[in-house]
Amino acid sequence: MSAVAVRFRRPGVATVYAWEVRKLAAQKRTYIGLGCALLVPLIFITALLADDEGPEGIPFSDLVRETGLAIPLVGLYFAAFWFFPLITALVAGDIVATEDGNGTLKTILTRSVDRWQIFVAKVLAAFTYAFVALVLYVGVGLVIGGLIWGFDPLISLSGSQIPVDRSLSLIGGTVLAYFLPTMAVASLAILLSTVTRNSAAAVVATLMLSLIMQLLGIISALDFVRPYLLPAQFNAWQGLLREPIDWAPVIRASWVSALFAVPALAWAFTHFLRRDVAGG
Amino acid sequence: MTAIEARGLVKRYGHVTAVDHVDLTVRTGDVYGYLGPNGAGKTTSLRMLLGLIRPDEGSARLFGRDPLLEGARALEGVAGFVEAPRFYPYLSGRRNLELAAALDGGDAAERIDDALETVDLTSRASDKVRGYSHGMKQRLGIAGALVRDPRLLLLDEPTTGLDPAGMRDMRALVHRLAEDGLTVLLSSHLMAEVEDLCDRVAIVTRGRVVYEGALDELIASTSGRYDLRTTDDGPAAVIARRAHGIYDVTTSSRGLSFAADERAVAGLTLELAQAGIGLRALVPRTATLEELFFRMTESAPDGEPILVST
Repeated sequence: MSAVAVRFRRPGVATVYAWEVRKLAAQKRTYIGLGCALLVPLIFITALLADDEGPEGIPFSDLVRETGLAIPLVGLYFAAFWFFPLITALVAGDIVATEDGNGTLKTILTRSVDRWQIFVAKVLAAFTYAFVALVLYVGVGLVIGGLIWGFDPLISLSGSQIPVDRSLSLIGGTVLAYFLPTMAVASLAILLSTVTRNSAAAVVATLMLSLIMQLLGIISALDFVRPYLLPAQFNAWQGLLREPIDWAPVIRASWVSALFAVPALAWAFTHFLRRDVAGG
Repeated sequence: MTAIEARGLVKRYGHVTAVDHVDLTVRTGDVYGYLGPNGAGKTTSLRMLLGLIRPDEGSARLFGRDPLLEGARALEGVAGFVEAPRFYPYLSGRRNLELAAALDGGDAAERIDDALETVDLTSRASDKVRGYSHGMKQRLGIAGALVRDPRLLLLDEPTTGLDPAGMRDMRALVHRLAEDGLTVLLSSHLMAEVEDLCDRVAIVTRGRVVYEGALDELIASTSGRYDLRTTDDGPAAVIARRAHGIYDVTTSSRGLSFAADERAVAGLTLELAQAGIGLRALVPRTATLEELFFRMTESAPDGEPILVST
């Protein structure tokens, strides 16, 4: 390869993605999100140790003091209401808008990478952060819960006992199923971040959207809408913990999440590609 | 080869036309001053050149490539900053340059040390950018540009906000880069800076270019008046008033002043010599760039270029 060819070899998406992750790793906001993902399960476990009551009426709540494997599952149920949308929006809502605020968008757009590469890298970095937060949230609950209450087998939602090794695999599957609507929330946050160019507005608006969907889900007259809203998809993992596995909610979570994520990302992508970068 | 060729650039924001049919031609090797008052549309023009904003009309090409059509490929060999260089405050200066080099690809990372050395930031390279002074950020901006090993450098008011020593150092740096063969487009509202650094200029006001051409030609175009001191000013004034092509002769305690073209001035000196009058001083009086700038930017009628040279 000639020297000239080496000199002008342009970076790929992987390079831009790696630097997006490094930027996230250098920001306090990332650690606030990850810190909360770590802290909340600890608070939940402390509350269980401090009081013999509750939680009641939710999946696996009667197992929380019998096996540590139930801790992350109960935690996931609670986190679906607003906690995980907030953790996700905290970074995904900031990832484009902060570059506008700092004026650094023009810095990276005048190098040798195209706009689409930067956008794709940012989306992947936001998803990576959300996945790490999710793994951390589940992992802390699982490990600390297991150390306190042991790693005894789970009882499935169908009433059958699930061996420990299979329970652990299913918890892994649960994380993946939970990640589907999480990506949809992240996509909405990225859209708002791109369009509003205001980090705080994007984070708050994403959280508000999640809460509005929660509200729509509890209005009985709108029962027919509930299966197609994101909050319901945050509970799709429960299908994995039935015997036999009920894949229907997981499959629905896949396409409903895609129904939210794909248009949001397409809109954000088009906007990012065509917009004027006039600030900073 | 033409480094920058902009034709008919227009950018409107609502009812305001920020850039109004701007044509720019920067030839390879030029140190080109883009001179205009604040709000004249200089930064908007530069953003259009770099593909950061879309013109409503017209097009821009850098070394023959349109950034809007060819994206990052059109920016190969092009570097600089608009408005002010911006960096990630939570990363160190070196880390910021590493990021920039990674996004440049090729062997850009190998130039980081040299770039830091050039802008005299090696000792502070490990500090977070949030702790940098304005001048240090400006210099880091230059370093970020040099990492790309550019052929064309676009600098938007690089000395704004710098103290006198910082301004001197920045100008010296631009001088040095230009001497190394870089083509430089320097946007500025500082006359002394442009006069010091540039060989060609475009003067822009209210979004329109009112002059484009060589700086020395612009200044020479306003000459035509001379101050004269002789061994005997009285008879010299009489001879001057009678001489062909000499007009508007005035006298004062400091000597004579008159308007003429160069040929008539040569004839006058011969006539004075033949009359036995010696010349103590003959000085062409030219307008400064600052005088020209104000003349052009404060009196330019809307829609009409005052003078465009090529």
